[in-house]
Amino acid sequence: MTLAIDLASWALILAGSFFILAGAIGMMRLPDVYTRMHSASLIDTMGAGFLFAGLMLQAGFNQVTLKLLFILLLFFFTGPVITHALAQATLTAKIEPELDEDRRDRSLDSESPPTEEGRRP
Amino acid sequence: MMFAVATVAVIAALVLVVIRVIKGPTVFDRVLAANSVGTLAILLLAVLGFLNGRPEWLDLGITYGVLNLIGTLAILKFFRHGDLAHDAEEDA
Repeated sequence: MTLAIDLASWALILAGSFFILAGAIGMMRLPDVYTRMHSASLIDTMGAGFLFAGLMLQAGFNQVTLKLLFILLLFFFTGPVITHALAQATLTAKIEPELDEDRRDRSLDSESPPTEEGRRP
Repeated sequence: MMFAVATVAVIAALVLVVIRVIKGPTVFDRVLAANSVGTLAILLLAVLGFLNGRPEWLDLGITYGVLNLIGTLAILKFFRHGDLAHDAEEDA
């Protein structure tokens, strides 16, 4: 039973470490602020979630598990708030996202609507 | 052993994110990366607490998380409106 918990904990902690590293590498390599927000959210959600799930398995069922759960809840609520505020402040500062094709000036009516035969399967 | 692996991963991620704080071309890159540094510091506190057999350090993590939220929102409000005492009625 202890071995099973240890193995599950290893798997969860390794998954968490992988997502934390992936998010950090994304922060280094992605081109602009908006894409970097995406990879920062990877650290907040998947990385912290898997890592703390692994730690919870190691802690057993006591006060420490409750504290870990509280920190996870804090991340769960503050992460989207901070990302939203940051995106709004960035747009207010007139920093444009890097787009492959700018579709903002197209209205839905002026363009020909996608027909059934024109739509790709 | 598993805590040591997680510690190494979190510290490596911290190094990469701190490089982004230093490099970041706009101030918003720096705010985003500083927020990630706060998150990674909480993770590092939790993992180091387990590594040293003292999980009480998680209390510090909770406090640091709340401070991180308040600090990031204050910085964002400052850079959006130019001052912290901005009235929401003034302009939308």
